[in-house]
Amino acid sequence: MAKYSIQVNGKKHEVDVLEDMPLLWVLRDIIGLKGTKFGCGKALCGACTVHLNDDAIRSCSYPISAVGDAKITTIEGLSEDGDHPLQQAWEKFVVPQCGYCQTGQIMNAAALLKRNAHPSAQEIEQAMQGNLCRCGTYNRIKAAISEVAGIPNAASK
Amino acid sequence: MKILAPFQKKKNENISSEVFSASRRDFLKVGGLLTGGLVLGVSFFSCNEKGKKIVTIAPNVYLQIGSDGKVTIVAHRSEMGQGIRTSLPLIVADELGADWKNVRIVQAEGDEKKYGNQNTDGSFSIRQFYKPMREAGAIARLLLIRAAAQQWKVPAEECDTEKGQVIHRNSGKKLEFGDLVEAAKSLPVPAVSEIKLKDNSRFNMIGKETPIVDLHDIVSGKAVFGIDAVTDGMKIAVVKRCPVVGGAVKSFDDTKARAIPGVIKVIAIKGPGLPATLRKPLSGVAVIAENTWAAIKARDLLEVEWDLGPNAGYDSAKQIEELKQEVTKNGTVRRKRGNFLAAKAAAKKVIDHTYVAPYLAHATLEPPTALAVVKNGNCEVWACTQNPQGAREAVAEALGFQADKVRVNITLLGGAFGRKSKPDFIVEAALLAKESGLPVKVQWTREDDIHHDYFHALSVQRIVATIDNQNKLSGWDHHIAYPSISATEDNAVVQPSDGELGLGATDFPYDVPAINVETHDAKAHLRIGWLRSVRNIPQAFAVATMLDEVAEARGVDPVANALELLGEDRNITFNEELVKTTYPNYGEDIANYPWEIARMKEVIRRVAKESGWGKEMPKGSGLGFAVHRSFLTYVACVVEVQVDANNKITIPNVYYAVDCGLPVNVDRIRSQFEGGAQFSASLALKSMITVKNGQVEQNNFDGYQIIRMPESPGQIHVHIVESAAKPTGVGEPPVPPFTPALCNAIYKATGKRIYTLPIDINA
Ligand code: FES
Ligand code: FES
Repeated sequence: MAKYSIQVNGKKHEVDVLEDMPLLWVLRDIIGLKGTKFGCGKALCGACTVHLNDDAIRSCSYPISAVGDAKITTIEGLSEDGDHPLQQAWEKFVVPQCGYCQTGQIMNAAALLKRNAHPSAQEIEQAMQGNLCRCGTYNRIKAAISEVAGIPNAASK
Repeated sequence: MKILAPFQKKKNENISSEVFSASRRDFLKVGGLLTGGLVLGVSFFSCNEKGKKIVTIAPNVYLQIGSDGKVTIVAHRSEMGQGIRTSLPLIVADELGADWKNVRIVQAEGDEKKYGNQNTDGSFSIRQFYKPMREAGAIARLLLIRAAAQQWKVPAEECDTEKGQVIHRNSGKKLEFGDLVEAAKSLPVPAVSEIKLKDNSRFNMIGKETPIVDLHDIVSGKAVFGIDAVTDGMKIAVVKRCPVVGGAVKSFDDTKARAIPGVIKVIAIKGPGLPATLRKPLSGVAVIAENTWAAIKARDLLEVEWDLGPNAGYDSAKQIEELKQEVTKNGTVRRKRGNFLAAKAAAKKVIDHTYVAPYLAHATLEPPTALAVVKNGNCEVWACTQNPQGAREAVAEALGFQADKVRVNITLLGGAFGRKSKPDFIVEAALLAKESGLPVKVQWTREDDIHHDYFHALSVQRIVATIDNQNKLSGWDHHIAYPSISATEDNAVVQPSDGELGLGATDFPYDVPAINVETHDAKAHLRIGWLRSVRNIPQAFAVATMLDEVAEARGVDPVANALELLGEDRNITFNEELVKTTYPNYGEDIANYPWEIARMKEVIRRVAKESGWGKEMPKGSGLGFAVHRSFLTYVACVVEVQVDANNKITIPNVYYAVDCGLPVNVDRIRSQFEGGAQFSASLALKSMITVKNGQVEQNNFDGYQIIRMPESPGQIHVHIVESAAKPTGVGEPPVPPFTPALCNAIYKATGKRIYTLPIDINA
């Protein structure tokens, strides 16, 4: 066990946990932020995606000991009222089915647009390939990201 | 108690509703309803042919109109991505004339006495509740209209409702619903015989697109799934389960596990042995800890000695080889028309192929998870369940409680596809909570989920098709072998049930003079369950890819071939040709939901038109076609495929034509088909569970793959046939025709026929 001070959504949190506890479980179990989901625990599905500074990371495979003073952003901190342009586009295209993967999808897409505001259809697909959706909402995800990126709908191949 | 597969249940089509003014006592227990306002209980009952009420199925859905004009509707079905928490309430709201902005949805808990059967699978929520939901809305509307008409001293017939108001047509006078609540409360509740349902043309929401009610919560991370449930003092349990079904814990050493900080208790769970059942937990050892990570770490450090039981030597690849031999022999005849052997003897051409499909896991993105608190002889559960009453009874049985001592709260479901109809994981939580005296949440890891699912069974099928001198399809001989779902409850079962065969095998609708369907023994060695569209998946794969070969052998276009073989427009039945059984028709009387050739042909024509069927395709590209009726819904599918020089498969377009009766929420019909195509693309191209030494060989999404965005189908075009027929489900029907359409397209593009799933084009 060790004490860590981490910054999540602009707030400092002191936690006393196992050194190898993945950030995911610190967020969910210790801090109580449940918007970040558990899907595989092995960096294979993207459900747990959060931002470490500006980068999308898989929090299930990122130990608390590696976080340091980086700024963590979760879905709860992505925008004030869930009104990030991507969240609005997600609502416009009614992207979710069960919804479970969607916070991870949105966080991943937000990091993509931060480093590349106008990705091509192919860049969107490449960037999003680590995020699984078992309900199969990929086409609407592409439509929503394309809209925010101002490119033609990436769903047409 | 027994958990039944969706196609085993008898549905009752003649459900009607009765609305009563609910007393305080009736509705106080429904969480989320406010006190006050006008509260109507809706109880559903079924009628016999003469319209006489025979059985009250007692589900009371509550509808409340507050004096602030807010309408609250209790959703009694589980939401797992199909949009039902939106679609059923919108039916009530549309008929009522409510303002959707002022409608609030409250989730009901699992309680059969209050809500009737809540098991949400088999694509039948809309089908079963469309009419009673409308009646409930219409009764409430009439009540409000009468209250307003009295106040205005005008005939009720001159009034109507719209956007949360009652309107007097002649004078233009308006009153808000909220302002009529007090007056309405003193009026008698109208009977169903007094109401008149709206004409379809007057719907504002039914037949249109309504966004799902949980949309904003989902995108902002506020939606509460099973995994998000919390209660005071909650601890987390992670379980090491016996890797072989039927095995048990012999002994265990938890010294290393207990050394992990945060570990509280280690508790063994007794398993059922064999049969494994559709409701009981597997034998295992649970670690209860302060948090999930400690529980996972400690669980992985448990040293357990297992008695692996009789399935320890099981090898799925070997079973497939054995079944391939089996299906060449004579089996048990399940459907017979004409004389197949004679047709074969006289045939000009005989096509004979064997089709193999693997085990599949559900792999819902939210793994099974449930929270239970046991206190003072009561148990309360929060879980992502499709079947809250099944869960309630299974928990009561396991704890030795009466069912009314168990309360099951339903969260949102992070995917279900049939997995979350089984309450085994909920029973685990309840047992551990009772034994430890702590509130316990059981968390399955992905590895747990992949190893210990109720699997979609592997299958081996052989079809022999004969073509006669007149170039007609003269005979159809379908041999089937797969472990049955029933074997999970009864080990002696080695043949498919009539229910399973009725999902695309015995209900082969084509007008062929000689039809033979035979089944063969296949023993179950895993827990077998049902996965989105169940046996329709392998059966439609075999039937519709073989029909493509038949078309080719006859020199006829596959679409023209299907239209011709279906024959005259008529309603068909199968009973006279089935052996000692009746066609289950998804639990519905075939008189109420006939098997209509005309509707089947219409979706075929429509998909051909929309896909540009017949057009010239570039080299390496192809269009493939398949049609299938499942869950009373007719679906035709055309898949476009491109295969490059490296045999990489791309699916630029998928075309669906669907007749699901009157469409309720068009957007959610589309989304189910879009998702259905992706779900099918996973199973057609990627997913496979294999078993060695009785143990599943895949662990996570690296070994058990599902489709990812770059390889997923591009545009999915969904064409909904205009229909006024009774609404039928759309959750499962998109799945069956996709895979054969894809295989047929690959043949067009490459000349390679696919007989084994998942597709390996290099094989
Ligand atoms: S839970 Fe982290 S990638 Fe799947
Ligand atoms: S919406 Fe269900 S997993 Fe993506």
